[in-house]
Amino acid sequence: MTTLTDPPKEQFRLSMLLYDTRYRSATIQVIALIGFMLLAAWIISNTINNLADLGKPVEFGFFFEPASYDINQRLLEYTSRDTHLRAAFVGLLNTLLVAALGCVTATILGVIIGVLRLSHNWIIARLMTVYVEMFRNVPVLLWIVFIMAILIETLPAPRAFRGENPEASMMLADSVAVTNRGVYIPEFLFSNGLGDIHLFGQSSMRFDVSLDLIAFLVVLGAGIWVSKWIKRRADGIQEMTGDRPVTWWQRLAVIVVPVAILLYALGFHLGYPELKGFNFSGGTHLRNSLIALWLALSLYTAAFIAEIVRAGIMAISKGQTEAASALGLRSNKIMSLVVLPQALRVIIPPLISNYLNLTKNSSLAIAVGYMDITGTLGGITMNQTGRELECVLLLMLVYLTISLSISAVMNWYNESVKLKER
Amino acid sequence: MSDIGYVRTEMLAEKEPPASEVGVLGWMRHNLFSNWFNSILTILALYFVFKILASLVPWIWSPTWNATSLAECREILHALGREGHYAGACWGVIHERWIQLIFGFYPSELYWRPILAFILLGVALAPVLFSDKVPSKVLIFSALYPFIFPWLLWGGTIWGSLSALLGFVLGWVVYTAVSKAMSNLLGIILGVLAAVIWWLVISGYFVGAMDSIAPIGIEAVESRKFGGFLLSIVIGVVAISCSLPLGIVLALGRQSDLMIVKYLCVGFIEFIRGVPLITLLFVASTLLNLFLPPGTNFDIVLRVFIMVTLFAAAYMAEVIRGGLAALPRGQYEGADSLGLNYWQAQRLIIMPQALKISIPGIVSTFIGVFKDTTLVSVIGLFDPLNLSTAIRATTEWNGIVWELYGFIALLFFVFCFSMSRYSMYLERKLHTGHR
Repeated sequence: MTTLTDPPKEQFRLSMLLYDTRYRSATIQVIALIGFMLLAAWIISNTINNLADLGKPVEFGFFFEPASYDINQRLLEYTSRDTHLRAAFVGLLNTLLVAALGCVTATILGVIIGVLRLSHNWIIARLMTVYVEMFRNVPVLLWIVFIMAILIETLPAPRAFRGENPEASMMLADSVAVTNRGVYIPEFLFSNGLGDIHLFGQSSMRFDVSLDLIAFLVVLGAGIWVSKWIKRRADGIQEMTGDRPVTWWQRLAVIVVPVAILLYALGFHLGYPELKGFNFSGGTHLRNSLIALWLALSLYTAAFIAEIVRAGIMAISKGQTEAASALGLRSNKIMSLVVLPQALRVIIPPLISNYLNLTKNSSLAIAVGYMDITGTLGGITMNQTGRELECVLLLMLVYLTISLSISAVMNWYNESVKLKER
Repeated sequence: MSDIGYVRTEMLAEKEPPASEVGVLGWMRHNLFSNWFNSILTILALYFVFKILASLVPWIWSPTWNATSLAECREILHALGREGHYAGACWGVIHERWIQLIFGFYPSELYWRPILAFILLGVALAPVLFSDKVPSKVLIFSALYPFIFPWLLWGGTIWGSLSALLGFVLGWVVYTAVSKAMSNLLGIILGVLAAVIWWLVISGYFVGAMDSIAPIGIEAVESRKFGGFLLSIVIGVVAISCSLPLGIVLALGRQSDLMIVKYLCVGFIEFIRGVPLITLLFVASTLLNLFLPPGTNFDIVLRVFIMVTLFAAAYMAEVIRGGLAALPRGQYEGADSLGLNYWQAQRLIIMPQALKISIPGIVSTFIGVFKDTTLVSVIGLFDPLNLSTAIRATTEWNGIVWELYGFIALLFFVFCFSMSRYSMYLERKLHTGHR
């Protein structure tokens, strides 16, 4: 016969907080939290005391004072009479501009180099290896100043374009001028344009949106949508009858014709840069600082992306390639139809972190004088107003927001292309 | 039988393969000219390489090693009949200034100290890097090295380093005594407490007293005299060696079941990884003094050490977390079923495997940190880049560009490339055939 007894009831003792694993984790966490809060309180009280000693209470009023410095490369209109907040906003857009340009070119270059590095052509594969090692093992800051030096030292000065027999000449049917002061490219002009919408009134965030651009995008988007509809219809016919109607000219026409009509109606023409006096005028002026930063970030990040692409392609098992060639696909078709779509799933997560790195590295703009958010908010505004705490914290907040949003968007994309497994 | 006239009765001798399939020709046919597209690529690539070499080699081959100014370089090249802007490099600037590019403004009569420090660094690292070739007794020296390194570089009294070392010794003594007499956990707590009290309270008096009794020391060198590659390497070494343990702790914190600890670690890691290093360096140069008690004013180089270490630790934590996540669940369960506690399991089972998996990531973080040391030029420290700007500002070398950048790039390349090759060696050595 067995007797059932309750297990002995344990009284809670204080020492169980340390020795009983059920309570120990809670103890450790409470101690960690208290420690963290004490540290935070200590830092904050030190900061308050120090700021009080310096006579600089934390306030953000300085943002609405005139900045009184100039930003030469900008996407929005800005004068030195505008506020610091406006300057920071212009700088933020500059950061986003160079980051977006850099991400696009770095991806294109990186994919090409990564694929070529696996080429069967010995010399091409070696050259790409040299490229990758060269760019990965030298600091990006060095590349930025180096490319800036190349632009300044080796390109012709604007005056070399003058005279009967100029030493330098413009490229692409006299439309692009590459000088040591930057690159002048044609600008888009509309002789009977629709005007602009002014957003946010006269505030520091005021923002002009060109209606021409909106109209262009709407027509283009509609064209692409119709073209996709034609493709779906052709797919349907093929499914049913086995014959695929020839649609490429329809699909091209629904995109090109409306856009061409719109551009003609708006009086679209290009404004070419022209040499006037000692410098070029007209056209869009991309300054050396922007181009150096863009090129350096693209080339540097492309080396990393190339390695990611290579690793992604090599991660696809050989059976996939062999099966594809057994089906009779050519090697470029194998790459684009079988290997790359699968490799993309391996490639995307590290690619995201490289985009983030590129965006963060764009803060090195300060070395070549490109006025991004670090150059405005963390550079001149901070030095002029002496508000280090506010400026640096705000700067960090801006970068943190950019980083977190890029990774959120890219993670969402990653989720959508991920292999749907059981 | 005789009417079948075509049956051979003996084997034919093997034929030589066709000349186009073997040897140099065969190799070229297979690797360079396998089809028309590859042939075009090869010819283009060869032309490209030829163009680059044709313009670079004459420029590099320039007998200007002994020139003392850019003007003199141009005279030498002019005398050789080489004209033009890119007639030849001016290597005189490297010849005259390479010591400055490497040591910065470190007093020249004390150069033996950083040199000795880095030779000893090699000795201290040897048992860690090449564990199968170096006797493990050298590890004792490796443990002492962190106290020798700052003393050799910054100089001053020896008692500072000794006192820091004594703190560890004291903590260890207290820990062993208490854990034998009472309990392990209490031993850890009291040991850490004793060490902290020693460093924060007693150490200052101890150093002062011992220094007045026995002033043993070498000439002190201020931090602002550090520059060039010396500065880069010192920042790199300190950040790398401190960030690895910190990164391990952060990674464990992020993987732990303790919710508050986990979120603190996640917050820290994501914050540091979300901002550029340059903003952290701004914090080091402007804000760190605000965060500390009024009147604290410590060295800019030390502040940079702190921020770069925190920065590297966050990246390291993510790399190690990847290694931890890659371990199969069975390893954790196996450790549990052996009855190991958390720290034993980490030390004996988890960490050796997780670190092995994450070696490539760890080394690429090291390389990244070393490259990022150039960013300190933005806050005005004299790293190689900033020094090169200073050299170009002098009258003799005004107008020099490529030689300096090339030299700096070459040195960085040598360091980073050898680090990445070492990581490949280590991967091969530790590869046990299964993961």
